Amino acid sequence: MVKLVNFLSVWIIPVFIALVVGLALYRKVNVFDAFVDGAKEGFKMSVRLIPFLVGMMVAIGLLRDSGLMDLLVKLITPVLTWLAIPAEIVPLAIMRPISGSAALAMTADMLQRNGPDSLLGRIASTMFGSTETTLYVLTVYFGAVGIYRTRHALTVGLLADLGSFIFSVIVCKIVFG
Amino acid sequence: MINYLWAGMICLGILAAALSGKIEQITPSIFASAEQGVTVAFGLISVMTFWLGMMKLIERSGVIEMIKKVLQPLAYLLFPRVPREHPAMNAILMNMSANILGLGNAATPFGIKAMEELQQLNTREDTASDEMCTLLAINTSSLTLLPTTVIALRASAGSLNPTDIVGTTIVATLSSTVVALILDRLLRRRWL
Repeated sequence: MVKLVNFLSVWIIPVFIALVVGLALYRKVNVFDAFVDGAKEGFKMSVRLIPFLVGMMVAIGLLRDSGLMDLLVKLITPVLTWLAIPAEIVPLAIMRPISGSAALAMTADMLQRNGPDSLLGRIASTMFGSTETTLYVLTVYFGAVGIYRTRHALTVGLLADLGSFIFSVIVCKIVFG
Repeated sequence: MINYLWAGMICLGILAAALSGKIEQITPSIFASAEQGVTVAFGLISVMTFWLGMMKLIERSGVIEMIKKVLQPLAYLLFPRVPREHPAMNAILMNMSANILGLGNAATPFGIKAMEELQQLNTREDTASDEMCTLLAINTSSLTLLPTTVIALRASAGSLNPTDIVGTTIVATLSSTVVALILDRLLRRRWL
């Protein structure tokens, strides 16, 4: 299984790219022209994200460095433990939708401390893998088109994260508990 | 919503730092984070440029037609109001397949491309359309079959079986995506 997954994750992108380029050539597409034509938008789109990313990163940085994050963890822990999420996992659950890199570091730390094959380690792994960094996705996707009124998207994203945490705990307890 | 969240993080953050004697860390923190934001955007330039170039080839080579055959029932169900031949549909399909196959950093460029095309169909240019919110629901809840980052992390932490969380991850991610899609449908009429 490990070998299969490693195999897939190493081969899938190169094979996919070769397939696309090869097939395009076979269909008599001017492949390089077409590539450049599509690619030229990339720079403009990325640069347009700068104000949105800077704004969001500054807010996330303040949340973390001011100690507000720790306070928030203390406040939310009773709610999440009531929802059957183990107290040790709560900081990770709160960080997951906010910062992908911080959540990754926390997961790595949990795996080192509790062991990757412990129940906690497996819950943390499942939790990290089953959801995305909601705030980042929201910032980047809406930022790219200059949308300010995001309606229900944030609420849906955060509630889905909460759902995935609860599901992760339940499924891991059933499968590994 | 995003306005309150952002203002809350900034003002309450500064207040918390002031009360806990960390106020001198605030200014350096702000500029370090601002720099990080620029770094992330610059890091995206290469990824976006490459995958948007590939996107054109995926469309012109006919690979998109193969992807359509597999995913179109799902895509038409989730995005009934996007015209089937509109470029937005192609970008949505590519975004979904990149997510499912774990084509790493390709999901974001395709997703952004889809947002741009959806914006062409949007009637209120500063407000998210229903379709945009649905696309966000799929992407924030993630839809992956192979959580490669976590597997690598577990292997490096010395796990005896790093992949044994693949099954639990698929169940958790599918359930949360279903929750996201249901909530999206329920809330879209209340939040115009």
